[in-house]
Amino acid sequence: MAHGTALEPPQGAGGPTARVPAPWEMGPLALHGHDVDGVNRCVHCGLCLASCPTFSLLGTEMDSPRGRIVLIKSLAEGRIELSDSTRAHLDLCLGCRACETVCPSGVPYGQLIEAARAEIERRHPGGPVRRLFRWLNFAVLLPHPRLLGLAATGLRCYQVSGLQRVLRASGLLRLLPGPLAAWEPLLPRLPPAAARAPLPEVTHAEGQRRARVGLLTGCIQQVAFGTQNRATARVLARNGAEVLAPRAQSCCGALHAHAGEDGLARDLARRTIEAFEAAGVDQVIANTSGCGAHMKSYGMLLASDPAWRARAARFAARVRDVSEFLCQEPLRGPLQPVARTVTYHDPCHVIHGQKIRKEPRALLAQIPGLRVVELSEADWCCGSAGTYNLTQPEMAQRLQERKIAHIRATGAEAVVTANPGCIIQIAQGLQATGAPTRVMHIVELLDEAYR
Amino acid sequence: MPALTEARKKSLRREMEALLGPGAVLSDPDELMVYESDGLTLFRALADFVVFPLTAEHVAALVRLAQREGLPFVARGAGTGLSGGCLPAEGGLVISLMRMNRVLEVDYDNQLAVVEPGLVNLHLSWAVGARGFYYAPDPSSQQACTIGGNIANNSGGPHTLKYGVTTNHVLGLEVVLPDGEIVWLGGKTRDPQGYDLTGIFVGSEGTFGIATKIVLRILRQPQAVRTVLAVFNEIDQASEAVSAIIARGLIPAAMEMIDQLTIQAVEDAFGCGYPRDAAAALLIEMDGLAAGMDEQAARVIAACRETGAREVRLARDEAERQLLWKGRKSAFGAYGRISPAYLVMDGVIPRTRLPYVLRRVNEIVAGYGLRVGNVFHAGDGNLHPNILYDPRKPGEEQRVVAAGGEILKVCAEVGGSISGEHGIGLEKRDYMPLIFSEADLGCMARVKRAFNPTGLCNPGKIFPSRKGCAEAGFASRPHPIEEAGLAQRF
Ligand SMILES: Cc1cc2nc3c(=O)[nH]c(=O)nc-3n(C[C@H](O)[C@H](O)[C@H](O)COP(=O)(O)OP(=O)(O)OC[C@H]3O[C@@H](n4cnc5c(N)ncnc54)[C@H](O)[C@@H]3O)c2cc1C
Ligand code: SF4
Ligand code: SF4
Repeated sequence: MAHGTALEPPQGAGGPTARVPAPWEMGPLALHGHDVDGVNRCVHCGLCLASCPTFSLLGTEMDSPRGRIVLIKSLAEGRIELSDSTRAHLDLCLGCRACETVCPSGVPYGQLIEAARAEIERRHPGGPVRRLFRWLNFAVLLPHPRLLGLAATGLRCYQVSGLQRVLRASGLLRLLPGPLAAWEPLLPRLPPAAARAPLPEVTHAEGQRRARVGLLTGCIQQVAFGTQNRATARVLARNGAEVLAPRAQSCCGALHAHAGEDGLARDLARRTIEAFEAAGVDQVIANTSGCGAHMKSYGMLLASDPAWRARAARFAARVRDVSEFLCQEPLRGPLQPVARTVTYHDPCHVIHGQKIRKEPRALLAQIPGLRVVELSEADWCCGSAGTYNLTQPEMAQRLQERKIAHIRATGAEAVVTANPGCIIQIAQGLQATGAPTRVMHIVELLDEAYR
Repeated sequence: MPALTEARKKSLRREMEALLGPGAVLSDPDELMVYESDGLTLFRALADFVVFPLTAEHVAALVRLAQREGLPFVARGAGTGLSGGCLPAEGGLVISLMRMNRVLEVDYDNQLAVVEPGLVNLHLSWAVGARGFYYAPDPSSQQACTIGGNIANNSGGPHTLKYGVTTNHVLGLEVVLPDGEIVWLGGKTRDPQGYDLTGIFVGSEGTFGIATKIVLRILRQPQAVRTVLAVFNEIDQASEAVSAIIARGLIPAAMEMIDQLTIQAVEDAFGCGYPRDAAAALLIEMDGLAAGMDEQAARVIAACRETGAREVRLARDEAERQLLWKGRKSAFGAYGRISPAYLVMDGVIPRTRLPYVLRRVNEIVAGYGLRVGNVFHAGDGNLHPNILYDPRKPGEEQRVVAAGGEILKVCAEVGGSISGEHGIGLEKRDYMPLIFSEADLGCMARVKRAFNPTGLCNPGKIFPSRKGCAEAGFASRPHPIEEAGLAQRF
C-alpha cells in the first residue's frame, strides 16, 4: 500500500528502501572515508530543535539538526541517495553549531556536517566556472598571502576609483551570474594599503612579561581587517604578552574545511602548526571565531595521520580566542572610561564552537563607564556564517534582519562582537536600515580604552 | 485503504499547494523519511504528505480534503513525544503546526495568554517573563516541545507536584474537529457552563481534532525559590526521604529523583554538580511567599538528613539552581552518552511502593541482560525507567520491548498506571487492557466516535490492536471498539 506503515519491532527495520542491511551488519558509519559514526550518538530527543535558526524560521525538520542527522545517517547507511533536496537541506545548514551547545548527548554535529559537505563536494564538483572559481579562491588566493594581498590591492582600486560606484549605479552588476550579484555589496570596504601591511613580526610586551604568544593574522583578516589585528597586538602587549606574528603562517584552512575542501584544509593545518612551532610560542591567539574554533579541532582533523596526530593535538591545546586569553588575569590598567551603551553579539564559533560565553562579558565589565545591555538571541547566528551569506543569501538576509531588529531594540550605540564576518554582516544590515549604531571588535573597544 | 496513485498524489499536492502556498507541502520520500519517528525511535511510519498550515482555516480545509479522500491525518508539533503519538500510523497527512507559533494575546490583569499550538512551551514563559509571569507546566522537553503537543498529551513536568498538569492550566481551545468544523471549547473564564469539553479534549492525544488556538493561565513568578540537592548512598534512603517530606505536610513544588547511571550521563553532558558516586540524588524545590521559605527549606533538609542523606546542599544562587535543573532536564538526551538508544517507560505507582518497584525494575531489566537508568518525578510516583539498548545488536529491540512490558505489569499490579504523562500513542496501546476493562475501553471508544466518527483523525493510537485485544481475552466476540469501526486492522 502506498500509505506509510507503522512498523513494530521485530519488523523494525525498513522504511523506504528494503535493500538496507540490518543495523547490526553495519560497521562504524563513514562517508567516503570521513567518520560520521557520531550520528549514532543522536537519540532523536529533539531538544535541539528550537535552538536551530533554520528550523525556527522554516519549521521543517529536514532543516533541523535532528533531521539533518537523519539525512546524514541515511546517506552513510546507503538508505538514500544524495538527492537535490537532501543536498539543499544540508547546504542550508549554517554550521553555527548552536545545536551542539544544547545537545545533551554530545553529538559532534560540526564534524558530521563537515563530512557531509566534503561528500557533496566530491559528488557535485559543479561546472567548470564554479570549479575554477573555487580553485582560485581556495587553492590560490587563500593559502598565499602575497597573492591575496595583490587581489586586495585590485579590489581597493575598484572600490576607491569610483568604478564600484559607477557599476553599482549603472545596474551592470545585475548582469553578473546569479549569486555573484548578491556578493558584491558584501565585499568589505578595504582599508588603505598602510592598514593592510603585515603586522611586525614581534610586538614587545609592556610591563612584566606574562607569555609569549603567536597571533594568527589570518588570510582575509589581514587584508580586510588589519586594524583589528593591530588592535589585538596592542591590547595583548598591554597585558604582558610578547606577540609574534610569524611571516611563515598562511590561512588556517577553516574556510576550506567548512566548504568541503578537506584535503587542502589538512595541508594548511600542517603549515600553520609548523609556522607556530618554529616561532616557539606558549599559546596561539585567534581573533576570528571560525579560525580559533577550527585550529582547536586540528587534533581531530589530522587524527588519521600518524605522523601528525600527536603534534596536532598538542598544538590545538594551545589555541586561545583573544577574549579567553585576556580573561586569564584581570586586565592590566589603567583603562580610560568609555561612556557608551553597548550590546554584545556572540559569534557562533566563539560561543558554540569554543563554548566561550562569559569571557567577553567579563572583559566588557572591566571597562569603566561602559554600560552593557544584553541582546536577545545574542547567541543566534547573524547569517554571516563564513561564506553562507554568499551562498544562501535569502536565509542569511532573514537572519540578518532578525539580528538587526534585536540590536535596535536594545538602543545601544554600538554592537561589540568578536569576529570580522559578523562585523561585516551586522554593519551592512544596520546600514540598510539607516541605523547609526556602530559595530566593533571587542579588541578595538579595549584598544580605545587603553588610549 | 486503496493506495494513492501517483497521479492522484500529484493532483492532491497541487490542490494543497494552492491552498497553503508554495513550500508548505512535502511529498519527496527523503523528506518524508525525516518525519517517520518522534522522540521514540522504536516506531516508524511514513506519511504521504507533510503539510504546514498557517491558520485554523487552512487546517479546516486540509481536514475536509482528507475526509473527502478518505486519507488519515495527524497533527504534529515538535515531535518530542515519547509514545509515537504523532506518527502517521496508516499514512496520509501529517499536519505540522510548527508555522503557527505566535503568542496572540496576553492579558496580564486576568492572567491569561492566547497562543497558537506550535508555540514552544518555554517561549511562552520568555514572552511573559519580563512582566514577572510564567507558564507553570514544565515538561523536561520544554525548550523544544509545543503547547499543542502538551495539550494533546496532558503533559506534566517536575513542578506538576504542586501546580498540576497541563489540563489545570487550559481555559479554552479553538479546535478544528475531525469533520473540518471550527469550534471553541471553553473560553477565557474559569468556569464555563455546559460539558467540560476542554477537559475532554486535553489528553485526547490528537484523536479528537486539532487545536488551533489555546487559552492558557499564566502565573506570577514566585516571590522566593529554594532548591535543595540531597545525595544518598542507597536508593531506598532516597525513596524514604520522599515519603518523609510528604509525611511532614510539606508540599515542595518539585521532587525529582536521579540515579547513579543517570547522574554519570548528565555529568558527562554538562557537568552540573551532581556527585558521580552517589547511588541517588533528590532535587527538591520549594517556591512561594518569601515569608517562611527558609523554615520550609530547613524542614526539608532535616527530613533528608534523618533518612540518611550523606550530603544536603542548598543551591547558592540562580546560576547553580539553573545548572542543577539543566542536568535534570537533559537527562533523557544525555543517555546518548552511554547508550545509542533507550526506551523510556512512564509508569505511575503509589509513592509508598517506590522502593519495591524500583527493585523490581532493576531485577527485570538485569534479567534481560540490559541496563536501566532512573530519573523521575518522585513526588508523584511517576517513574521513568530508561532501558538502554543498542539497536545495532541483533535481538536487543525485542528484549527491550519485553522488559518494558514486564515493568508496566508491575506498575499495574501495585495499583498504578501504565502512563503518567507521555501518552499511550502507538507504544502502549496493547497494554491498555492491563488497567482498563473491556467496558471501560468501550466507553472511551464511544466518546472517540462522537468526535471522530470516521476514525481518520490519528488512527492506530490508544486503543489496543486486534492482537492486544486477543491477548487480553477480548476477542471472543466483535469488540465494542471494533463495532464502532475504530479497531486497528494491521
Ligand atoms: C527529553 C524529553 C523529555 C520529556 N519530558 C517530559 C516531561 O517531563 N513530561 C511530559 O509530560 N512529557 C515529556 N516528554 C514527552 C513530550 O515532550 C511531551 O509529550 C510533549 O508534550 C510533546 O510535544 P510535541 O510538541 O513534541 O508533540 P508531538 O510529539 O509532535 O505530538 C504529540 C501528540 O500531540 C498531538 N498534537 C500535536 N499538536 C497538536 C494539536 N495542535 N492539536 C491536537 N493534537 C496535537 C500529536 O498528534 C501527538 O499525538 C519528554 C520528551 C523528551 C524527548
Ligand atoms: S539534542 Fe542531540 S541527541 Fe537530541 S535530537 Fe538533537 S542532536 Fe539528537
Ligand atoms: S549548525 Fe546551526 S543551522 Fe546547522 S543544524 Fe545546527 S543549529 Fe541548525
